[in-house]
Amino acid sequence: MAELLTINGLDCFYGEVQVLHGLDLVLNKGEVLCLLGRNGAGKTTTLKAIMGLVPAAAGSISLEGRELSTLAAHEVPKAGVAYVPQGRRLFAEMTVAENIEIGLMARGKGQATREAVLDLFPRLRERLRQRSGTLSGGEQQMLAMARALCLEPQVLLLDEPTEGLMPSMIEKIRETVAKLRGLGVSTILVEQRVEAVLAVADRVAFVENGRNRETMTAEALRADPAAVKRYVGVG
Amino acid sequence: MTEASTARIYGLHMAVVVVLFALNFLLPDYHHGLFARILVLATFAMGYNLLFGYAGLLSLGHAMFFAAGLYGSGLAITYLGFGVSAAFVAGLGCGALLSLVVGLLALRTSGVAFMIVTMMFAQAFVLTIVYFNQWTGGDQGLVLQQASRILTVGNASLDLTAPAVRYLAALLLFAIVLFVTLAIVRSRFGRVLVAIRENEERTRMLGYDTFANKLAAVVLSGVFCAAAGAAYALLFGYVGSNFASVQYSILPLLWVLAGGAATTLGPLVGTVFIYYVTDIASSYTSAWLLIVGAALVLLVLFAPKGILGFVRRRWIGWLP
Repeated sequence: MAELLTINGLDCFYGEVQVLHGLDLVLNKGEVLCLLGRNGAGKTTTLKAIMGLVPAAAGSISLEGRELSTLAAHEVPKAGVAYVPQGRRLFAEMTVAENIEIGLMARGKGQATREAVLDLFPRLRERLRQRSGTLSGGEQQMLAMARALCLEPQVLLLDEPTEGLMPSMIEKIRETVAKLRGLGVSTILVEQRVEAVLAVADRVAFVENGRNRETMTAEALRADPAAVKRYVGVG
Repeated sequence: MTEASTARIYGLHMAVVVVLFALNFLLPDYHHGLFARILVLATFAMGYNLLFGYAGLLSLGHAMFFAAGLYGSGLAITYLGFGVSAAFVAGLGCGALLSLVVGLLALRTSGVAFMIVTMMFAQAFVLTIVYFNQWTGGDQGLVLQQASRILTVGNASLDLTAPAVRYLAALLLFAIVLFVTLAIVRSRFGRVLVAIRENEERTRMLGYDTFANKLAAVVLSGVFCAAAGAAYALLFGYVGSNFASVQYSILPLLWVLAGGAATTLGPLVGTVFIYYVTDIASSYTSAWLLIVGAALVLLVLFAPKGILGFVRRRWIGWLP
């Protein structure tokens, strides 16, 4: 598979505290790459660095050869990367339709994109006039993903999308990620739940102390469950 | 948004303007004069509402934009011999320039720091007015002569000191700013402002340049407030430093909060409400501030989103 997003030797700091130490990562076209690691390992910081929310002190982040780390944060989505943060962060006072509209307007997308996105999340179609702050947790997650997909990104960054959701919703989110792979959207997924990772990932990267310790295929991880225990401490 | 709801929204706003026009012929003299003043100050409040209600930026320095329009037009008439139209444009220009400079600097901060920085700019502005008192009139201000307040349109001359002309000129300004505001809040730009208010980082992550949008909001807000200031100078003939004081930065906040932040008609409703509560209370007691305060406390308790915010939540969900 061809490389789509490449991170080389990435260093990031929060104030004087270094969080990422020369992190290397490769996302291939059309794959789902999961980042696994303990709390504080640097998974979310990696996503934030890709989006320009945390500046890169050293190293590079490139999307098909275009350097992202020098772009202003609001230009990264235009380059083709969409981010669904942990906790969803919807525009709670807006309706479902308005949240989607804001996503569509960002890159001048129209009705066709709207319909395609709503086809992925039929439940949202039934709730278009509902204020997003009143949706259930699973529906909010769907809306957050739908809004990001309105940008028609090449790369989708999902930070713990199944956190706090009931099993049926987790299954729907997993199905959607798999569908997106079929549509050619590459995904970096930060997840704590190993079984959810194995159900959807093509490859898994273990992040520890701000470094990518090991990357393996999902099949290899199934065959070596000790790897999870080694880097995540469970399993 | 369907065509029917668009027609309904514009119909409502048109009806409000028609009612205000009819009041020109119905109100007794005292209330006629009061309402002309209210319309100008409601325009000031609409400018404030664009930034505070829609973009979520709480400024404590908007008096400087009102005063920029006030002094921009007043000084242009007094010292440069400008006519009414040119003086009004001069006031708008001063407001636009000042709001651009203040926006570029103040928007580097957010939250409480933004409030403090805007207040400091406004204090610097009022001190500048007082410092250059030989031109600005300092605390006493300047009175614009009646002869300088004649608007010439073609061969016709309109005396802005005449009560009916003054009222209709104030209504014209109010109506223009009202419909421009309505168009803005229903536009792509308006929706982005609301998104910024709701969650700025998320808005940036969708690819919007939030700084540029906020700066545009500050400038538009500043121009609306300056338009109100310029109109005030031209219609009421007085230019004074008290309009640049912190009191006139807090008043539009109160008017907007009372009427309903992020509602297009809220600034008018809030200005009318507070003006009349103040007027009625002060006719009964010298402790009128106590009554105004009590009215505001009741409003916050029972309608925390303001009068029209309450109406929108309870009855008219489509109210913009």
